[in-house]
Amino acid sequence: MSNYVINHLKELESEAIFVIREIAAQFENPVLLFSGGKDSILLTHLAKKAFYPAKIPFPLIHIDTGHNFPETIEFRDNLVEKLGVKLIVGSVQEAIDKGRAKEETGADASRNSLQIVSLLDTLEEYKVDAAMGGARRDEEKARAKERFFSHRDEFGQWDPKNQRPELWNLFNGRKNYGEHFRVFPISNWTEMDVWEYIKLENIDLPSLYFSHQRDCVVRDGVILANSEFIKLKEGEKVENMTIRYRTCGDMPITGAVESEADNLDKIIEEIATTRTTERGGRADDKRAETAMEDRKKQGYF
Amino acid sequence: MNYQDIELLRFTTAGSVDDGKSTLIGRLLYDSKSIFQDQLDAVEQSSKSKGFDYVDLSLLTDGLKSEREQGITIDVAYRYFATPKRKFIIADTPGHIQYTRNMVTGASTANLAIILIDARKGMLEQTHRHAFIASLLRIPHAIVCVNKMDLVNYSEEVYDGIVANFKAFSSKLGINDIQFIPISALNGDNVVNRSENMDWYQGSTLMYHLETVHISSDHNLIDCRFPIQSVIRPHTLENQDYRGFAGRIDGGVFKPGDKVKSLPSGFVSTIKTIELNGEQISEAFAPMSVTMTLEDEIDNSRGDMIVRENNVPEIGQDLEVLVTWMSTKPIQARTKVVVKHTTNESIGMVKELKYKIDINTLHRIENIDKVEMNDIARMSIRTAKPMFYDAYKKNRQTGSLIIIDEQTNETIGAGMII
Ligand SMILES: Nc1nc2c(ncn2[C@@H]2O[C@H](COP(=O)(O)OP(=O)(O)O)[C@@H](O)[C@H]2O)c(=O)[nH]1
Ligand SMILES: [Mg+2]
Repeated sequence: MSNYVINHLKELESEAIFVIREIAAQFENPVLLFSGGKDSILLTHLAKKAFYPAKIPFPLIHIDTGHNFPETIEFRDNLVEKLGVKLIVGSVQEAIDKGRAKEETGADASRNSLQIVSLLDTLEEYKVDAAMGGARRDEEKARAKERFFSHRDEFGQWDPKNQRPELWNLFNGRKNYGEHFRVFPISNWTEMDVWEYIKLENIDLPSLYFSHQRDCVVRDGVILANSEFIKLKEGEKVENMTIRYRTCGDMPITGAVESEADNLDKIIEEIATTRTTERGGRADDKRAETAMEDRKKQGYF
Repeated sequence: MNYQDIELLRFTTAGSVDDGKSTLIGRLLYDSKSIFQDQLDAVEQSSKSKGFDYVDLSLLTDGLKSEREQGITIDVAYRYFATPKRKFIIADTPGHIQYTRNMVTGASTANLAIILIDARKGMLEQTHRHAFIASLLRIPHAIVCVNKMDLVNYSEEVYDGIVANFKAFSSKLGINDIQFIPISALNGDNVVNRSENMDWYQGSTLMYHLETVHISSDHNLIDCRFPIQSVIRPHTLENQDYRGFAGRIDGGVFKPGDKVKSLPSGFVSTIKTIELNGEQISEAFAPMSVTMTLEDEIDNSRGDMIVRENNVPEIGQDLEVLVTWMSTKPIQARTKVVVKHTTNESIGMVKELKYKIDINTLHRIENIDKVEMNDIARMSIRTAKPMFYDAYKKNRQTGSLIIIDEQTNETIGAGMII
C-alpha cells in the first residue's frame, strides 16, 4: 500500500472542514446551530480546526426549549467562552409568551415542534442565510437523502423533490432573496465515526454521555429522566437507574440507555454491540413512521 | 486491525428498476450486521403487513414517504456500513431513464460502481447506459453483479453469456478495472458469504472485492493543485502577520520547502508551513484539507490556485465540456450562465452546442439546437475570466464544473472538461 492514503476519519474530517470553509466563504451571515449534543460539539470542534489560528468566524445559535438538561447549558457556556465565539440564544419560552407558539398539553407534551417556530424566528431576526447543523444521514431515513447544502424556501421548508444535485466537491450556495440554506458538514459520519473521532481528538463532552445514576421513569419502554417537566402517568414510578445518553435532546423526550460505560472506550465497545439506532430512544420520532420527514418539511433541522 | 485505521470506499449502484439494487444494499447491510434491531423490526412488520412470506430487505433503504407510496426510489440516497476492513458509503441511485442526472450525481464522488444485471433479462439498453455513465464519470473500478441467479438455476452458461456480452460492449468504454460476480441478492449467494449453489464460480464474493480493491491510487498524486477556499487572517497580537491559505488538495503532493506558483498572479514563492489546527503536516495530498503559509507575502484570495512552478494546469476562458443536463428547462446556444469550478466562479456563456451522445449506442447526434434534461452533450463554454483547469481524465476535481442558472440559481448542468 502506498503512503499516500488517509484513514476514513481523516477523510471525513477533511470533507467536513472543506464544507465548513465553503459556508464561511459563500454566505454573508452563516451560523452554527448548537444543540448541545455530541454532533454539534463535534461540528464546533471541526469549525475551530478549519479556521485556526483565527477564531470561528460565525456565531453559535442555541434554541433553548427551556427543557434542556442543566448539564447542556453549563457545557455550552464553558465552550463558548473557551473558543471566544459569539452565542445567540433563541428562547422557546419567549415564543410561547409572545403567543408565537402554543404549548402542547397532556402527559406526552413536548416542545420539540415548538423549536421550529423559535428557530425560524431567530434565523430571521439575525438575517441568517446559512445555518449549519450536525445532522447525519445515517440517523434517520428522511435524512439519507439530505444534501450537504440543503436549500430552504422563504418559509424555511424542505422539499425533498426539489433539491439541487450535488456533484464532486462543488457546492452551490447561490440563492434568491429570502431563501436560505441548512448545511450539514458531517452528513457522511455515522454514530461510530463520531465516537471514534471524539476519542482520537480527545474532545470534551457533557457528563450526560457517560454512565451515571439518575432518577428515571420508564414510559412505553423508553427511559426518561424524572424532572419537573414530566408528569407521571398512573402506574408509573420513579426508579434510580444506571444510565447514559446516546443523544441529547429535551429532557422530557430523550431516552436514556442502561449502561455502565463510563469512558470512551467502553462507549465505543457498547455501540459496536448495540442493536438499536440512537434515535430509537426518541419519543419524537415514534409518533409516526414519517415523523422526521414531516418535521423536516416544516423547517426542522 | 484498529478500527481507526481503515479506509473509506465510496460506491454507487446502478441497475434498472427491479434488478435488485435495494435488495442487494439491504443484504450488504444485513449480512455485515449494520442493521439495528429496531430497523429490522420495522421492516419485518411492513413485510408482514404487505403479506410477503419473506423479509423484504429492500424496505430498509426505500426511504421517503412519497417514494414508498409510489414504490420507487426517486433520488440519490446515501447509506453507510463498515466492516473491520473498511468503511463504505453507498450512493443508492435509481435506474429509470429520466434519472440519468441522479446516476451522474452519485457517480461523481464514487471510487467504484456496482452494475446490476438481472440474470433472466441479460444486458438491456439501460445496462449500456449504466456502464457508459460509469466510464464517463471515470469511476476507477466497476463490479458487474449478475443478480437473481437463483431464478436461472444458478446456470454457469447464462452467466458466461452475460459476461461475454458485457465485455463486448465495455471494451469500447475504457473502464480499467471490471470484475464480474454471479449473485443472488435475495438469498445472499456470493454477496457476503460464498454460494454453495455455484461451485463453478472460482472468484471471490462481492464483499471481499469491496474490502480489498486497491483505491489508494485513485487520486492524482502527480500534478500539484491547491485551490484556495479562503484566506485565514487572525488579527490577533500574537498572529499579526499570519496569512494562511485554506483549502483542500486536489492533486499532487505538497511539502514545506517546495517552490510553488500562484495563479493567476504567476508569483513564485516557497511553502513555509502546511498545517491544520496548528499541527504541522510534512506531506499533503488529496483529499486533505489544510492551511498553507508561504515564505513571501503574496496577495492570494479565494478562487486562486497554488501549483508547482513547472507543472501548471491549463489556463483559459474557452472550455470544451461534456455536460449532463440536469434541468427540466432545456438550454440553447448563446445562453448566459454561471460556472462553478473548484473554488472559482465566473459568469459564462454557452457558446455552441456541438453534439449529443446517444447513451445507448454511443453514437453522436450532430446538428442539435437544444440540450434537454438527462442529455449528455458536448458544448463550448466561454467564461468571463480565466479558469485554471485540467482535463477530467487527468483530475476529477480540477476537471469538473457545474453550470448554474443565472436567474433561478439552480444547478442545471454537470460538466467534465475534455
Ligand atoms: N429471486 C430473486 N429475487 C430477487 C433477487 N434480488 C431482488 N429480487 C426481487 O426483485 C424485486 C425488485 O427488487 P428491488 O431490490 O426492489 O429492486 P430495485 O428496483 O433495483 O431496487 C423484489 O421483489 C425482490 O425481492 C434475487 O437475487 N433473487
Ligand atoms: Mg430500489
